[in-house]
Amino acid sequence: MKGALKVVNRLLFYLLVAFVVVYSVFPFYWAVISSFKPSDALFSPDPSFLPLPFTLDHYKNVFLQANFGRNLLNSLVVAGGATLLSLVLGVLSAYALGRLPFPPKNAVLYLVLAMTMFPQIAVLGGLFLLLRGLGLFNTHLGLILSYLLFTLPFTVWVLVGYFKGLPRELEEAAYVDGATPLQTLLKVMLPLTGPGLVTTGLLAFIAAWNEYLFALTFTVGDSVKTVPPAIASFGGATPFEIPWGSIMAASVVVTVPLVVLVLVFQQRIVAGLTAGAVKG
Amino acid sequence: MLTLRQVRLAWLLVLPTLLAVVLVAGYPLAQVFYWSLFKADIAFVEPPEFVGLENYLFLLKDPDFRQALWNTLKFTLISVSLETVLGLAIALIVHSSFRGRGLVRTAILIPWAIPTVVSAKMWQWMLHDVYGVINVLGVKLGILSQKVAFLARPELILPAIIAVDVWKTTPFMALLLLAGLQLIPEELYEAASIDGASRWQQFWSITLPLLTPALVVALIFRTLDALRVFDVIFVMSGVNPTTRTLAVYNRQTLIDFQDLGYGSALSVAILVIIFVFVVLYMRTLGREALK
Repeated sequence: MKGALKVVNRLLFYLLVAFVVVYSVFPFYWAVISSFKPSDALFSPDPSFLPLPFTLDHYKNVFLQANFGRNLLNSLVVAGGATLLSLVLGVLSAYALGRLPFPPKNAVLYLVLAMTMFPQIAVLGGLFLLLRGLGLFNTHLGLILSYLLFTLPFTVWVLVGYFKGLPRELEEAAYVDGATPLQTLLKVMLPLTGPGLVTTGLLAFIAAWNEYLFALTFTVGDSVKTVPPAIASFGGATPFEIPWGSIMAASVVVTVPLVVLVLVFQQRIVAGLTAGAVKG
Repeated sequence: MLTLRQVRLAWLLVLPTLLAVVLVAGYPLAQVFYWSLFKADIAFVEPPEFVGLENYLFLLKDPDFRQALWNTLKFTLISVSLETVLGLAIALIVHSSFRGRGLVRTAILIPWAIPTVVSAKMWQWMLHDVYGVINVLGVKLGILSQKVAFLARPELILPAIIAVDVWKTTPFMALLLLAGLQLIPEELYEAASIDGASRWQQFWSITLPLLTPALVVALIFRTLDALRVFDVIFVMSGVNPTTRTLAVYNRQTLIDFQDLGYGSALSVAILVIIFVFVVLYMRTLGREALK
């Protein structure tokens, strides 16, 4: 009797697990199979749950008709640029904040932390004026600089944690060998923060890759526009005809690399997210 | 000697970051405060005119602002509550050991990895009034008596948007709570079992109290995020007044209406509202968490 109850409990539990998995994955699955269905199968009152019949037309449309390739390239440049810049600035300042005698350390850390509190919208007008004033409106550099607002504080916080965790002896050994502090940073400490750099870099890249508000506001036309605003405004031949197949194809193209990155670096991303969150 | 050199180096290393902070946060913020006291358009077609607190007085009487504030609070309250409950449930599920747990943990990360714009588009397609899979399945399974235009009916559009936000951000909540669960020592449960406490009693007297710090951090994070929500609202319903939140209204004022003065006053108001929430949280929940 008790054994039977246990089996039923276990079964119910696995049912619950299955439900959670379907809930999490199904929308993405539906986007993927929608992107492979020809339009008449897509707009059917009884859609199939497999990508049948199968076509690559939507992918061809996305890359041939729209400027989607250009948007993808822009996203790579902007997200990559913002990530690199935050890593360089972040490593330098995090080393100082984590390892060097530095009186107003906490003041600087709180200043950086305060930056994360700003909602992007609250500085939108000011940034708009700044970028226009500097001639950086509708440029990659303008977007990259504005993305520092959210990538930099995060990078600094997580990297400070990494630097603080490194053993003191390594640094001292380097000093004894006559290395300057800068050499110590570049030759001894930096290689050891590799995992930290990968984690923060990935999270910064994902945040920048997904950003919408600044990209929408600080760019016009396809020459600089990144993927999120491009997908949001994807239009059909007429205003009444929404090209759902192409929108889903574009969505899959921008999401698959992220999903793969997340799956590969899952452990690290979770560690980085929770570390950043608990400290922030 | 080394110390002095180190202090100098420290300043040198921090300088670029400080410059970046001033450039992208400090200076734009100062601009927003400054222009909130002016009547000005963002292209400066007309010469700006100093009007003191007039923009703020107008804000207090602006029905559109009040509606946007109400929409924002409704969105925040409902979505954060749902995410907390769902996130806790999912965290508890993936915390217990079972076969395939690693795979399940990976699967629940997928919504988090998908850009908000993309998830909004995916759900728009799933919620399509004729061909959407939710309508098709709903009718087939007998949950819906007929197909529903979720994104066209004023009373359904906010719930639909909230559903998308909950789907997208619950994984983050679950991750933070899972991290908290993993800090609770296993022995406490063993001791409680020996004393004859039921699973439910263990949850209320061990799990929940010890999870409070993680819960507070997660709540603060999600609330601040929800208060400034823009992407999912703007993609799914544009500047539609029934769902327009503070951030959407603010961008519309600044960019579409080109109203730098009033738009800046709105930005300051959003900052103040968020600040009030931070202080409230710190005072009530923060103290609780620190005990």
